[in-house]
Amino acid sequence: MSWSDLENRYGDDRVSSACGLFGFIDTTGERHDGQAAISALTSMKERGNGLGAGYAVYGCYPQLAEAYALHVMCRTEDDRNEMARYLAGAFEIVHQEPLPVHSSAGVVDAPLIWRFFCVPRQADDGDKDADEYVVRAVMTANTRMEGAYVYSSGKNLGMFKGVGHPEEIAEYFRVADYAGYLWTAHNRFPTNTPGWWGGAHPFGLLDWSVVHNGEISSYGTNRRYLETKGYHCTMRTDTEVMAYAADLLMRRHGLTPKQAALVMASPLWNEIEVLPEEEQRTCQTIRQTYGPLLMNGPFTVIIARSGELIGLGDRIRLRPLTAAIAGPMLYVSSEIAAVHLIERQVEAVWTPFGGEPVIGRLGEVPECPRAVPKRVARIIEEPTYG
Amino acid sequence: MVLSYTMPAFVIERDLSRCISCQVCVRQCANDVHVYDIEDDCVHSQDAQCVGCHRCVTLCPTHALSVQRNPLAFRAHANWSDQALRNIYRQAESGGMLLTGMGCDQPYRIYWDHMLLNASQVTNPSIDPMREPMELTTYLGAKPERVAFSDGRVETEVAPQLRLDVPIMFSAMSYGSISFNACESLARASREAGTFYNTGEGGLHPALYQYGANTIAQVASGRFGVHLEYLNAVAALEIKIGQGAKPGIGGHLPGEKVTPDISATRMIPVGTDALSPAPHHDIYSIEDLRQLIYALKEATGYAKPVSVKVAAVHNIAPIASGIVRAGADIVAIDGLRGGTGAAPTQVRNNVGIPIELALAAVDQRLRDEGIRHRASLVVAGSIRSSADVIKAIALGADAVYVATSALVAMGCHLCQNCYTGKCNWGIATQDPYLTKRLNSDLGAQRLTNLLRAWSLEIKEMMGGMGLNAIESLRGHRDHLRGVGLNQVELDTLGIRAAGQ
Repeated sequence: MSWSDLENRYGDDRVSSACGLFGFIDTTGERHDGQAAISALTSMKERGNGLGAGYAVYGCYPQLAEAYALHVMCRTEDDRNEMARYLAGAFEIVHQEPLPVHSSAGVVDAPLIWRFFCVPRQADDGDKDADEYVVRAVMTANTRMEGAYVYSSGKNLGMFKGVGHPEEIAEYFRVADYAGYLWTAHNRFPTNTPGWWGGAHPFGLLDWSVVHNGEISSYGTNRRYLETKGYHCTMRTDTEVMAYAADLLMRRHGLTPKQAALVMASPLWNEIEVLPEEEQRTCQTIRQTYGPLLMNGPFTVIIARSGELIGLGDRIRLRPLTAAIAGPMLYVSSEIAAVHLIERQVEAVWTPFGGEPVIGRLGEVPECPRAVPKRVARIIEEPTYG
Repeated sequence: MVLSYTMPAFVIERDLSRCISCQVCVRQCANDVHVYDIEDDCVHSQDAQCVGCHRCVTLCPTHALSVQRNPLAFRAHANWSDQALRNIYRQAESGGMLLTGMGCDQPYRIYWDHMLLNASQVTNPSIDPMREPMELTTYLGAKPERVAFSDGRVETEVAPQLRLDVPIMFSAMSYGSISFNACESLARASREAGTFYNTGEGGLHPALYQYGANTIAQVASGRFGVHLEYLNAVAALEIKIGQGAKPGIGGHLPGEKVTPDISATRMIPVGTDALSPAPHHDIYSIEDLRQLIYALKEATGYAKPVSVKVAAVHNIAPIASGIVRAGADIVAIDGLRGGTGAAPTQVRNNVGIPIELALAAVDQRLRDEGIRHRASLVVAGSIRSSADVIKAIALGADAVYVATSALVAMGCHLCQNCYTGKCNWGIATQDPYLTKRLNSDLGAQRLTNLLRAWSLEIKEMMGGMGLNAIESLRGHRDHLRGVGLNQVELDTLGIRAAGQ
């Protein structure tokens, strides 16, 4: 298998990885360049092995904010042309270009990566239908075309990922040059297969982006449920399943992030059964209905969409997740050291409980969910490294 | 008496150096195999009557007895098996249909034994059920497609559900086909283990109403024992259309088993044959089934799930789809190897399909049609171990029904002579001399033990797969791999071959 492969060449029925995660949101909406995310991710070198890294940045295309920014990996120029033809049929393409890259970076075997800024041709009935239209178009393109793959399709959202170490991928895609109010980043240590470009994180659909550390032991159950809802899991990665679950629950079914967390990392039945009546009915109804979307096995995940960042760990907390607040900034990371590296004034640091989501929203001052003991709330005056 | 051409199926060997002529075997054998000779003070055995139930062997205090398969060697013939010859001798003598009990004994492929489970290694931790929570709780019934909220409050009402502590229920066995003590054992064990047993078409004895919260009441073609109080006394109702051991045919409880108690429970005169017709006489198509489902829901105020039980036949997938669309909350499917108290041998051995294939096909069809959530899927038809349970759930079942395993737990040795009414283990008989051998306290304890043991094993295997909730295993076919199966079988089961 070549690293440049876009799809799951071995046809593995699932692909998983252990990883380093990092993300932040500036809840004031101020845009930050990529340097913070790059430094933080690069500091967690032990969590990757050079077989995948990636970044997602929200708010990076302000001039084209109303168009869906479809990022496409293509094996050959012909594949790109085929994708361009398909997209031209389904969308009005406002602008298209290859992603600017820095070819001197130590990245080899890279596919062609283009971005198409698209407006749906039949989307005059409001945003909801436009979103559905885009989802269907992306699913069709990705299942139909062998040599081209749409890996990001949100508005004002950029994704830069591939096979390499975090700093190499950052340099290759010139990630430091982009600016956004919300960043997520991923350093990959694939376990079951070699890394490949399509399998790097983040994974995206519409304005969802997902970076993920772990292995979803319930993958087959989750996938088969999502298939009944019209999602095609072509990549066979846990991340893909997470993204589709987020889309189904929070966009199509309108659950809040907290309710979605009750699905993906549900409380135990014996915890539910002792809750007050109203809460019990809520949790019971959610678990009975969405049981097939319980994400079982070790994971932490950062799910983001426009204006919102959600960090979540599995219900028995088998993978690390740390959250921190500094003024309007909310950080989530596999390791607190990565936060300390870029943020001197950390006001609160906490380790969320299993299944307890960390949620940051534009315009909402982030709050620590519980009283933080003084000794935990560290203020670091002088970083010791960086 | 005309010479019979049938030869004994078993040979009984008695070690005379051990036998103390205590006559336990004489008293225990309802088939009158053992006879005490008072003049010689010794016990003789008449092999021809032996059914191989091992009651005498088990109870002999000096272990003087052993029962062997009769080694009688017909000249080898690949086509004309011993069984085929014996059957013809018997039918030439009797002129009747061959009868048998229990599930199909023919060597069709047992797909459970060709599927292997997965486990975690390195990349994700396996979970130790002794240290971590491990959830087997299962809810059976129709689930909503989505949860709707209004002002942050859940608006969606979930249809009535059955809550199971273990995803294993006791399948339908009627009072009549089995003894009262056997029924009571099942009822008590269900309450103890947090699951359900099924009345079969035998009605509900007044003494068992106290277990109503753990009872599924069947409504079958004979409508025996069905009345409003019966319907309202239980947790769920089940319309029995068919049975895996005898798809397409009805049932027959001979008059000699219709004792005063059974007569009262079934609401038929003492001593009359209880004949369950092959079809329900008010169900000749799917819309008629819908009417019965809703008649039962109306009668019970829409407070209980309604299950529809069918045998696994060739086109089971569209049949199950129709049943779900007709409004069933649970579809129970009984496979080729499902048990019975009595069935024509040829029907039992030749009609229907294995449950594994039926389950895989039905689960996939319901998903393809987007209606899988509208009903729970319960499968039966030979679940022999916790591994079978876990494989069934991984293929897509919500829960399983066990009957033969439950009987074996109570002492059954699978002699396949249930229909004779002479069950030496006190299970498939109404003879008070025999039924008192099964103590319902002990029966309930043995059944509870079985469910506990299987639960422990299921938790251990789930933990090995890195799962801590049973719903994360449901339909998770990636955790199964086939060995020794051809591609068509693999595709039907929806699994990959081992090594892939």
